[in-house]
Amino acid sequence: MSTANPNDPSQLPENSVSRREFLVRLGITGALIAGSGIAATKLWQPNHFVPGFEKEKGLQLRSYATDPSKILPSLAIAHGTEHEATIRAALGALGGMGRFIQKGDVVLIKPNVAFDRPPALAATTHPDALRAVAKLVLEAGARKVIVADNPINSPTGCFLKSGLTAVSSEMNLDLIYPGSNSFGPLQLDGEILKYWTFFNEPFKNATKVIGLAPCKDHNLCHASMTMKNWYGLLGGRRNQFHQHIHSIVSDFALMMKPTLVILDGMSVLMSNGPTGGRLSDVKTMNTIVAGTDMVSVDAYGYTHLLERDLAELTYIHKAHDRGLGNKNWQETLYKEVQA
Amino acid sequence: MNRLLTLRNTRRVAQVFFFSLFLFFVFVTDLRYLKGYPVSLFLELDPLVAFATAITTHTVYMGLLWSLLLILPTLLFGRIFCNWICPYGILHHFTGWLMGKRRAEERERIESNRYKKLYSLKYVILIAMIAAALGGSLQIGWLDPICLFHRSMSTVILPMINLFFPSSIYVRQYFHVGAWVIGFMLLFLVGMNVVIPRFFCRVLCPLGAFLGTLSSVALWRIDRDVTKCVDCDLCLKNCEGASDPQTQLRKSECFVCFNCIEDCPEDALSFKFMPQLKQEVTAPVVPGRRAFLGVLAGLGFYAFGRTSGASDRNYDKKVIRPPGSLEEKDFLGACIKCDQCIRACPTNVLQPALMESGIEGIWTPILNMKIGFCEVNCTLCGEVCPTGAIQNISIEEKTGTGPFAKEGPISLGTAFFDYGRCLPWAMETPCVVCEEVCPVSPKAIFSREVTITKRDGNPITLRRPYVDPALCIGCGICEHECPVTDEAAIRVTAIGETRSHDRRLLMDGGVTSAVRDLEKEKR
Repeated sequence: MSTANPNDPSQLPENSVSRREFLVRLGITGALIAGSGIAATKLWQPNHFVPGFEKEKGLQLRSYATDPSKILPSLAIAHGTEHEATIRAALGALGGMGRFIQKGDVVLIKPNVAFDRPPALAATTHPDALRAVAKLVLEAGARKVIVADNPINSPTGCFLKSGLTAVSSEMNLDLIYPGSNSFGPLQLDGEILKYWTFFNEPFKNATKVIGLAPCKDHNLCHASMTMKNWYGLLGGRRNQFHQHIHSIVSDFALMMKPTLVILDGMSVLMSNGPTGGRLSDVKTMNTIVAGTDMVSVDAYGYTHLLERDLAELTYIHKAHDRGLGNKNWQETLYKEVQA
Repeated sequence: MNRLLTLRNTRRVAQVFFFSLFLFFVFVTDLRYLKGYPVSLFLELDPLVAFATAITTHTVYMGLLWSLLLILPTLLFGRIFCNWICPYGILHHFTGWLMGKRRAEERERIESNRYKKLYSLKYVILIAMIAAALGGSLQIGWLDPICLFHRSMSTVILPMINLFFPSSIYVRQYFHVGAWVIGFMLLFLVGMNVVIPRFFCRVLCPLGAFLGTLSSVALWRIDRDVTKCVDCDLCLKNCEGASDPQTQLRKSECFVCFNCIEDCPEDALSFKFMPQLKQEVTAPVVPGRRAFLGVLAGLGFYAFGRTSGASDRNYDKKVIRPPGSLEEKDFLGACIKCDQCIRACPTNVLQPALMESGIEGIWTPILNMKIGFCEVNCTLCGEVCPTGAIQNISIEEKTGTGPFAKEGPISLGTAFFDYGRCLPWAMETPCVVCEEVCPVSPKAIFSREVTITKRDGNPITLRRPYVDPALCIGCGICEHECPVTDEAAIRVTAIGETRSHDRRLLMDGGVTSAVRDLEKEKR
């Protein structure tokens, strides 16, 4: 009787458990104690921090510019009556799209579609301009064309009614909307812009960047052209920019080193900018300005398309003085052609 | 083959089809996909919507004529809508099957499908809603299944899907004020299927009550052959409507699901043309005094709502209605709270009201400029509105252009500055975002340059903004874009809305309309 198997339940005294059960139950409880201990120490935050004042680190945008040329002009002004021929002429004067785009490139075209407006009101990049530039880029051998902007009005409405959704689907361009997951922080050593929410999704694959901006009056900073166009790459609380608008716009010249910028001066928004609203705000100027230096391009646009005095356009002078471009476009290598 | 081609399977195909069609319409009610689809078709088919709005507005608005299409089969076959077409009924049928008595014992299932006196409540609800409508207050939207389902989709389900899968429904997440109330209401109604199968359909649905009343005269009805019937009650096992086919059929409760016919082991039941009525409870059973109580409740609702003053002198500045909306009292008589406008709005500015427009206006659309703004170049809300609470206006009518230049633009309200919060006015800081985004030409917000001496003694040149009330259309983009985001330094309030002569601000366009006259002369 006393020599029976101790693991046989029938042999155990009442109120006691088998060795196996004892070990299993001890193991489970022990594992839970150890597990919670390990998890808590792994997740432990030993120090406090001050909310809102954390160390900030963001993406640094690389330059998309091609090597400067000593022979070819850096600024081209083309006059003509229709978008494609005139843009073609301007690019021809710069040495052709092949100078900027190589076979296999993924090209981001950044239009300005800030507002929900039809093309005739000249508040947004014209669909014919996008079609012409996309065509030239594809002819030069680009693998893919991305179109992206973060508008002020609702993105879907802006792209649809500006006519750019139609061009994108017609030419099979990759239209990227600014969705909630399309943004990440950007790091910059600007005068005001240091760290800001940036529309980075289009840049994940892009190898070249072309700015394609309409030429517009602007109530606060006088004009919205190729430099101001990069505003649409930022997210977050952009309505704070107006407190230092000229510094911010000149910071865009530091932030973005594009392959090429094109200023569409076929129809210019002369008044009530940047929104416009009536056909009487628009003037036909039949000009396309293209170049590698957005400061030169905008300087020409301000004096010759908006027909105003460059002295008042503070952001151009700021950008020039910071060495981000040359406002004296006449001193650069430029070419004026007729389409 | 014959076992597949049963009545039950035919019905299931119809249910899947109509439920998918409903979901499809809900999904494509978006600027990107809306290519002329009749997205409000289910609402237009709803005869209760047409009937109740006909009482309040004395018209049958545009697409509501489609509701005749649904009255016809109801008069022929009965409440076929409830179990074949109604997407909300299908939802409850499915969830009831999923969570309810599916696995329960046969006896329990039979008991759960017997008629209860509680089921006459829906007729009292319908009577109350019609009484309120006779006063001029349209309240069917609280419980009309199509309105309720559309509202739940727009304000709760789609935003929830987008929360879990960002950018799947909206480019940017949409928000709806008080969405949680609508969400819990949906959860409660769906959950009640555990307690009483088809709780909503049997107990609450005013459309079911309306169709039930119509079906008293239906020509085709379930008929029980008493010589074959063995009183086994198996016909109750899957009876959706709890219409007592085992004894005296209550035609107004019958959903025409045909389950009883197929469940009858003796072939005693059939769907018959003109059967004798003596075996039936032909019409809805509503005790007269309870019906009277319903009338009192409805008229009371109307009277209590109106005398609270929210639609009259005591109107709230936040009741800014979508462009093309009827004058407030007419609006309360036409809006069915389906919130299709809220679904279609591309900026998320349209929000279901809570108490802003009084108890009558709960879940009717109002503009919240903190969340969105009214896009000038857009009239989608009026396009999808089934009842004309928001009229189907054109862009030209909205903006007062083309042939409508004489009338001028539709104004939703007027923007007012709060200079104590405005950066250039109170804080020596440049801004005028409001002027930049103002969409009218010439801009309703203009600025004057001033040079002031700052606190540190240095001069600063600022632009200080002003509103020209004659040009302001109340779109609210200034408020939406103002950097003072918690309570903007410029805010739109309802005064100056063109839909109401009582709520206009300026006589003859106002002094500052000189600018507009000048522009006209130039043209």
